[in-house]
Amino acid sequence: MAIEERDPHTGHATTGHEWNGIKELNTPVPRPVYFFLATTFLFSLFYWVLMPAWPTGVSYTKGLLGIDQRTTVAENLRQAAMERAVWATKIEASDYSVIPADASLMQVVRQTGRTLFGDNCAACHGANAKGGPGFPNLTAGSWLWGGSPEAVAETIRVGVNSTHGDARVAQMPAFGKDQMLPRSDIENVAAFVQSLSNPSIATGPDAGKVAAGRQVFATNCTACHGEAGKGNIEMGAPDLTDTVWIYGGDRQSIMTTLYGGRQGHMPTWEARLSPLDRKILTLYILDLRRRAP
Amino acid sequence: MISTLTKGERELAIVILGILACVGLAMAAAGRADPLGAHGWLIIALCVPMIFFVIAGYYTPQPAEERLSQYYDDPSKAGIIAAMVWVVFGLFVGDWVAWQLVYPDLTFDAAWSSFGRIRPVHTTSVIFGFGGNALIATSLHVLQRTSRARLPDQLSPWFVLVGYNLFCLIAVTGYLMGVTQSKEYAEPEWYADIWLVIVWVVYFLIYLRTLARRKEPHIYVANWYYMAFILVVAVLHIVNNIAVPVSFGHAKSYSLFSGVQDAMTQWWYGHNAVAFFLTSGFLGMMYYYLPMRAGRPIFSYRMSIISFWGITFMYMWVGSHHLHYTALPQWVQTLGMTFSLMLLVPSWASAGNALLTLNGAWHKVRDDATLRFMMVAAVFYGLTTFEGSFMAIRPVNALSHYTDWTIGHVHAGALGWVALITFGSIYAVVPWLWKREAMYSGRLVELHFWLALSGTIIYVFAMWNSGIIQGLMWRTYNESGTLAYSFLDSLVAMHPYYIARATGGLLFFLGAVVGFYNIWMTIRTAPAAQVSDVRTDIPVPASAGTPALQPGE
Repeated sequence: MAIEERDPHTGHATTGHEWNGIKELNTPVPRPVYFFLATTFLFSLFYWVLMPAWPTGVSYTKGLLGIDQRTTVAENLRQAAMERAVWATKIEASDYSVIPADASLMQVVRQTGRTLFGDNCAACHGANAKGGPGFPNLTAGSWLWGGSPEAVAETIRVGVNSTHGDARVAQMPAFGKDQMLPRSDIENVAAFVQSLSNPSIATGPDAGKVAAGRQVFATNCTACHGEAGKGNIEMGAPDLTDTVWIYGGDRQSIMTTLYGGRQGHMPTWEARLSPLDRKILTLYILDLRRRAP
Repeated sequence: MISTLTKGERELAIVILGILACVGLAMAAAGRADPLGAHGWLIIALCVPMIFFVIAGYYTPQPAEERLSQYYDDPSKAGIIAAMVWVVFGLFVGDWVAWQLVYPDLTFDAAWSSFGRIRPVHTTSVIFGFGGNALIATSLHVLQRTSRARLPDQLSPWFVLVGYNLFCLIAVTGYLMGVTQSKEYAEPEWYADIWLVIVWVVYFLIYLRTLARRKEPHIYVANWYYMAFILVVAVLHIVNNIAVPVSFGHAKSYSLFSGVQDAMTQWWYGHNAVAFFLTSGFLGMMYYYLPMRAGRPIFSYRMSIISFWGITFMYMWVGSHHLHYTALPQWVQTLGMTFSLMLLVPSWASAGNALLTLNGAWHKVRDDATLRFMMVAAVFYGLTTFEGSFMAIRPVNALSHYTDWTIGHVHAGALGWVALITFGSIYAVVPWLWKREAMYSGRLVELHFWLALSGTIIYVFAMWNSGIIQGLMWRTYNESGTLAYSFLDSLVAMHPYYIARATGGLLFFLGAVVGFYNIWMTIRTAPAAQVSDVRTDIPVPASAGTPALQPGE
């Protein structure tokens, strides 16, 4: 037998092997290692007895506690629905005209509507519902498709230019790209459109363009936007006389809109949100506007 | 490089490269209208110059018989350099991705630079490019020394190294073109996967052929771990990537598995990639370079046995903890969770064995940043395995799953454990391989250590905070019984942590750049007149009289 080699620092014997200078000590495994190993094994054993654990061919051991994640989640959902039913049934049953007067229901609308809006609408309309380039501001300006609760709820249900069968459909023609108007007409009508919300333009250096544009507007635009440019909620045509713009109200933006046309898109939410959720969203949006400064 | 190959090997190299170039040509022709074709051209563009390179060296004198009295380290050297190139690239992309989360405009409106494409570029570059090259390089270095046997031939290690890097290159360039299987850490498509299988089998054969000719009666622990790494990664890779290509002219393929079976197979693969690639392989590294650098014997051989078999046996079961509270049957989740808990003790035994090995050498840990890299790596290994077992507990997972906590956990392991043990090992092995007295600058090693450590800590703390806040926000209900926060609310809350994370990542990246420079300068400086540790590159006979290596080895 080889002479036993001991490590002077720890006093433990080596295993007697050496690999390129590396040796190993034959130190016994510290007791806590066995203790904790046994603890985790025992815990697992108990857990297997109590919970669904081992496959047995076509089935599995169900565990003494009889816990199953499917029934657990179903039960949790039922509980949550019951808690919410207190106000949910009221909102579902009440008319749009009644709910805003009920402070407790409006608290639900403000809390729940905020997260519903954040998760479903904010990506386009912004977290504060003020919109952004290409997406309407919901807190100000006139409504494209009507501002009654029923109209707003219907817009949410079917969407705009969406895949829904009853979708609201609107299109601003591409007057320039499709060669419906010469460039000079587009420049003139752009000046006129801008003067609708900014009367000072009509008396400024562009007064001539505005006057010429009035004619172009009367023959080409009034069918949708109306004689006075106030828009038409039947066709989703925006009011051009207010200062709220979806695609920008500066001259260049208006020119771009006239030249290339516009066709906004809003998805249908009928398949994705429950009638209750859509009702809460409708109330939430109208409440936002009511409270907007 | 060619001068170290025998004539037969040079001929074989030309044949292999020629076949590969033909395969590339076939891919370029069949996949004209597909990213597959671009990869065909890439293969041609790499193989043809290599053919000329081999031909240029074809008539250089053959290597002398003396080569057999020395270990063959050239592939290890190339692997170390490749690892450092990949890590600088991979960390740069990683930090870019991190800043994209802070400033989404940093995609610069291009498809190739979108988050979904460059995130896998980051993960593949650091895990497979950096980690894989480092593992191949160090394993060949360790294998020869602990077996006292030379690599079986000169060509096969080069085949493995070059072939493996070709795989990484195809993977990374593919992501940028939108080629992906959409399986995390198994993104490369079928043709890249087939190629990796060929490379990997040759790698495994190098190991077996060398071990079969070893001069030591026992196989050292490091080799147990390296072998487990190679063998299991082969099994995982093959099973998870079974797929049918749309056609031989298309990069796209469809997996054999679908639905929850696909998810389970993927996470069986995914977690065992963590286990056998990122743990087992790097434990092999640690088991050689840590005791060598510390000059201490391994604390306990018996602990090594418990850890090794505990880790290899338990890890196989735990993948389902990635699928808690999903369509996966609960009994599978139970097994994943309990085996994750039982795995903790063998993992800690490994970390403990490493740290206790340092008893008697703690003064060196204080003074030597290289050894400190390895020591801190072992600490992070212990922390991360504890955290992993903890997060595998179902109710804990209910909070942590899908949050940044997972990202923090992964990076505690990837930065704290994998990268630190690798940098420590590389700083130890570079002077040995290139026969230098020491690294070019010890102060720069020290600087790298502190950059890496502070970067890791900032990163991990940022993600812990962000993850737990996220998890809590997602499960907070208001008095109406509905969710209190929208997803956007939680995103806004993440913003400061994303900045902190990207800053931590930047520090870690800067550390790697410092390391790259230091290694480069070490290689460029003149070799030491007297090589201090001759023992590490010439086999020492067990007893006088027997030749170190036999001809033909």
